[in-house]
Amino acid sequence: MSTFFKLLFRNRLAAMGAVVLSVILILVLITPLLPLQNPDITATADRFQKPFADGHLLGTDHLGRDLLSRLLHGTRLSLAVGISAALIAATIGSAIGIIAGYFGGRTDNIIMRGVDMLMAFPYILLALAIVAALGPGLMNALIAVAAVNVPFFARNIRGITVGLAGREFIDAARLAGMGHTRIILTELLPNVLPVIIIAMSTTIGWMILETAGLSFLGLGSQPPQADLGSMLGEARSAMISHPHTSVVPGIMIFLIVMSINLLGDGIRDALDPRLRSGALSRPRATTLVERTGDVPEATDDLLAIQDLETQFHVNKRIYRAVGGVSLSVKPGECLGVIGESGSGKSVTALSVMGLVASPPGVITAGAVRFRGEDLIDAPYESLRQKRGDRVAYIFQDPLSTLHPLYRVGQQLAEAIQSHHKISKAEARERAIQLLEDVRIPNAESRVDNFPHEMSGGMRQRVGIAMALANEPNVIIADEPTTALDVTVQAQILSLLDDLRRDRGLAIVFITHDFGVVAQLCDRVAVVYAGRVVEEGPTGAVLDAPAHPYTKRLIACVPELGGGRRMLSAIPGLPPVVDDLPPGCAFAPRCDKAQEKCRHIDISLAGTGDRSVRCLYPEELV
Amino acid sequence: MPALKVDNISKTFPLKRSLFGPALPGVRAVQPVSFEIATGETLGLVGESGCGKSTLARMLVGLLEPTEGMIEIEGRALDNANPAEFGKLIQYVFQDPQSSLNPRKTIRQVMEAPLKLLHDMSKPDRSKRVSEIFESVNLREEFLDRYPHEFSGGQAQRIGIARALAANPRIMILDEPVSALDVSVQAQVLNLLAELKAKFSLTYLFITHDLAVVEAVSDRIIVLYFGSVVEVGRAEKIFGNPRHPYTKLLAESAPVVGRPLTAPEQKETELPDPLDPPPGCPFAGRCPRSTDLCRVEEPLLKPMGEDQLAACHHPLEA
Amino acid sequence: MGGYIVKRLVSAVPVLLGITIIVFLIMSLIPGDPATAILGSYATPENVEKLNRDLGLDKPMVQRYFIWLGNMLTGDFGRSFSLNRPVLDEVSERFNATLVLAGTAFVLCSLLGILAGVISAARQYGLADKAITFVVLIGISVPSFFLGMMMILLFAVNLRWLPVSGMYAIYGGGDLPDLINHLIMPALALAAVATGVIARLSRSAMLEVLRQDFIRTARAKGVPERRVIMGHALRAAMVSIIPILGIQAGFVLSGAVYIEIVFQWPGVGRMLVDAILKRDLLLVQGGVVFVAACYVLFNISVDVAQSLLDPRIKT
Repeated sequence: MSTFFKLLFRNRLAAMGAVVLSVILILVLITPLLPLQNPDITATADRFQKPFADGHLLGTDHLGRDLLSRLLHGTRLSLAVGISAALIAATIGSAIGIIAGYFGGRTDNIIMRGVDMLMAFPYILLALAIVAALGPGLMNALIAVAAVNVPFFARNIRGITVGLAGREFIDAARLAGMGHTRIILTELLPNVLPVIIIAMSTTIGWMILETAGLSFLGLGSQPPQADLGSMLGEARSAMISHPHTSVVPGIMIFLIVMSINLLGDGIRDALDPRLRSGALSRPRATTLVERTGDVPEATDDLLAIQDLETQFHVNKRIYRAVGGVSLSVKPGECLGVIGESGSGKSVTALSVMGLVASPPGVITAGAVRFRGEDLIDAPYESLRQKRGDRVAYIFQDPLSTLHPLYRVGQQLAEAIQSHHKISKAEARERAIQLLEDVRIPNAESRVDNFPHEMSGGMRQRVGIAMALANEPNVIIADEPTTALDVTVQAQILSLLDDLRRDRGLAIVFITHDFGVVAQLCDRVAVVYAGRVVEEGPTGAVLDAPAHPYTKRLIACVPELGGGRRMLSAIPGLPPVVDDLPPGCAFAPRCDKAQEKCRHIDISLAGTGDRSVRCLYPEELV
Repeated sequence: MPALKVDNISKTFPLKRSLFGPALPGVRAVQPVSFEIATGETLGLVGESGCGKSTLARMLVGLLEPTEGMIEIEGRALDNANPAEFGKLIQYVFQDPQSSLNPRKTIRQVMEAPLKLLHDMSKPDRSKRVSEIFESVNLREEFLDRYPHEFSGGQAQRIGIARALAANPRIMILDEPVSALDVSVQAQVLNLLAELKAKFSLTYLFITHDLAVVEAVSDRIIVLYFGSVVEVGRAEKIFGNPRHPYTKLLAESAPVVGRPLTAPEQKETELPDPLDPPPGCPFAGRCPRSTDLCRVEEPLLKPMGEDQLAACHHPLEA
Repeated sequence: MGGYIVKRLVSAVPVLLGITIIVFLIMSLIPGDPATAILGSYATPENVEKLNRDLGLDKPMVQRYFIWLGNMLTGDFGRSFSLNRPVLDEVSERFNATLVLAGTAFVLCSLLGILAGVISAARQYGLADKAITFVVLIGISVPSFFLGMMMILLFAVNLRWLPVSGMYAIYGGGDLPDLINHLIMPALALAAVATGVIARLSRSAMLEVLRQDFIRTARAKGVPERRVIMGHALRAAMVSIIPILGIQAGFVLSGAVYIEIVFQWPGVGRMLVDAILKRDLLLVQGGVVFVAACYVLFNISVDVAQSLLDPRIKT
């Protein structure tokens, strides 16, 4: 709760809204105690007094009534009616929405059909019909506004409830013996409540406007009683000659609605956890670079990652996702990068072409060199020209990584046309050729498919075809088979292997699967907590791992054909990269760790093509 | 008497009828399936995505009503109207541990619910029992007053297991319990499950897509393809000596250190369309051994050698 | 595609029936004797009895509904007593004026709103974003009727750039430039709120889409940033913007009621308010059903537009 208020008031606009609204609310609450004139006493002799006239701070209206008094009493009435309407609509609408969403099926169908019918009206028609039937009057306007807003709440809350009802904790509650009422009240409601509050805080201003609107039309509060809307309505006829009578209530409505909207937005942002981490930020076209320290010298590798550091800056916290990684590939070589989630393997891969989302990602040190040229500080256009042309990517989930609204042929053609000026027909020819290269049957007809019309394996083939489109030198494959079934994975892996041998491609293959690395990669680098802990030829590393982490990680993985057995587990959890221990990051989980391991910074050392970052390696390298 | 007996259960999801079109037959997610799990046994259930393994699991715990068939637990037929009754006998461990915990409840509230609702325990009893269970899954008691988002995947899965244990069930359905976890944590949880099984004499149904994992934990294994059982056998033998071509394809597809990369023999097609299932054997379209017979007549599960059954017209040699 | 349109049209039939049922039920909320309510307290007993017979008020409710529905299907919406002419004639004439106003406002708010939203998202936290956010905030907080009044004061009374009210000049006029001249202020005032709402929601739809994996894919293959934003991102964002446009059309149509009053625009909204104040309930009933039916048809075209954009919708 206290974090909620902290978040809310960190938002300066929301705080401003809260202040304005509180002032208005306090004024309105103490209105009966203030020495004001009776708002309904007419004095035609004093009509249309200007503001700051004697005894009338805001002047008088067409009947000589004191505007300040009428304004405060009117605001009181408007707020009371608007807030009541919002509460009624939220309660009824949410109840309907939760019931429809939780029970689903026929109940849902019938309720939502009814809601859809109500929403088929432009809302004011419904309100007008209700007022027409019940007769003009403030109470009837309140009923009309509440009734009109019920469907909005019902639909909104139903959507949220359907999502929650499908979550596994609801199933778990049923298995724990809970009945429907208990599940709705104790499992669903606490999770839906923030959404109801958000929906209310963002619509309450709107409902105040609506009731004011009906009064403005003469269908709400009836004379002599006045709310803000009817004040404005009455003033309209004298608008040209005496504008202040219109401006005063108009500005008050504006202030109320604006302050409520500001506060409502603040509440929404503070309650919506997605916004809390700043996740709704637009990722920039390239990763932000704030490099300090020296830039490493160029090497003659095809692609070299040198002492790369990539961090995530979230609020005040710094997550060192990549903490000084150096890797390189030669033409035709396949380098495996293996690690668990959070080890920084994907971030390393994305940093190469500046594809780490910024915010929050920042590249803070090191270099990435393609044929010696540093890509980290390259201007956008030069980087863009290499993206997909010299260095191409294959991503993990082929459904979310292809654009859902473009045909696969268009997406392939675009990959080529972003780098080469060729005609549409040529691009299409080339796209079909590419689909054939990745062994998609009926490429001629498949080229016009949308991604959702293909199976997971086919989509990933399209992903590979797209990476091949401009015959790049390097392909970076970020867990390309993790989302696929094993039988499909086997096909994709053998395809990738054939392609790289035929075309002399260099591949950087990111994975968490030793089996995959063993089958595909020439060399492997093991990463832990953002650093490479061991590197070497695949066979050598897997047969005789030097780093205790590598050794124990291999032992963790059950291998087919081993029969039933206990597995050797690594105790503890991988460290969180915003709070890395000094020394070796694996030391707290390592049974060989000595005092020294926990203090000194250990470097990656070794001879020939093997190296390890350990003081007490399992094997001497 | 088996701990769990499943007799020809199947599930068909109805399709939404269009206004004028003919009534559609619906999608058959699970074909009639029968099997038994002996008390104290771990039965592995393996299959790829879309094979119906989760639908089957949800039917077994009463979260989904079978279209046909019977489920018996220790000789008593399950009554679908009352999931709470099941709760005392059979519990479920979910794939996604975070999603299975209510984000707005403390772990203690989550843990106490089954004790209170299923076993009518008093407050001090509940508190004592929760402490015991927490100790047996190697979690510190101070975690009880925290909220789910404060835990890592591995910890949350331990909590999920503890919650299932709290109901004191005889059978646990483990639905991909380690798929969402990192390998180093995966082994911890698998070992914990093995310990708990011995300690509380539980019976497990272990559902996964990972062949190596299922082999490492199971006594017997069922292979599911497109909603039907294609092969059943002893864990140590079934992948080394498969009789059904699909089991062979699975076993050969799994990447294994030291085995060279080859695309296993299969046609370049994938799963059949569930809306329009082909007649005969569902695997025929991908099967290198398929004949005309396979495309006409659906093979039945037949005994093939000791403890092994396969549904195939042209089974592989032993 | 044709099949999809037919399917949507068929599915609109129950919605249209639902609308008539809802209106009928609301109208049956009228307290006391409806004939007296319609004719006012000066009604003679003969007139009351005649109306009762005409409306079939002496019959049970279900039967009454079907009589009313049957009459409407043959184009008979009843007769307005205050105007003494058929309801349908009056409503369709007035609706044309509303259509001109609301249609213009709708086109304005869609174009301006999406443009502002896209710019705002593409320049998140930049100067343009802040300026747009600020203007939008004011736009959605100011009551349209007050905005209209202030515009009249400024542009018509003080600056004398535009006519104060009406649809055409009383003397002369009647041509297109005259109409446009009269249309500018009310259309802008009407579009203001919806523009703000559309801009906000377009901005968040764009921000949501820009975080998706397929945007990263587009960047990874070297698509220029302008095309990433205006092509890949906007196209995907339109999937969630189009339904918003459908909903906002209803709000524009609703807001037209206030604007028609403020600017003395001879539209259906002003007619409805007058009819309510005169208790001409047949006119209200007919007007509501007619406009709601038109809105349902409009929403079908929104759905069709959506299905053209998004191939995942089964056609």
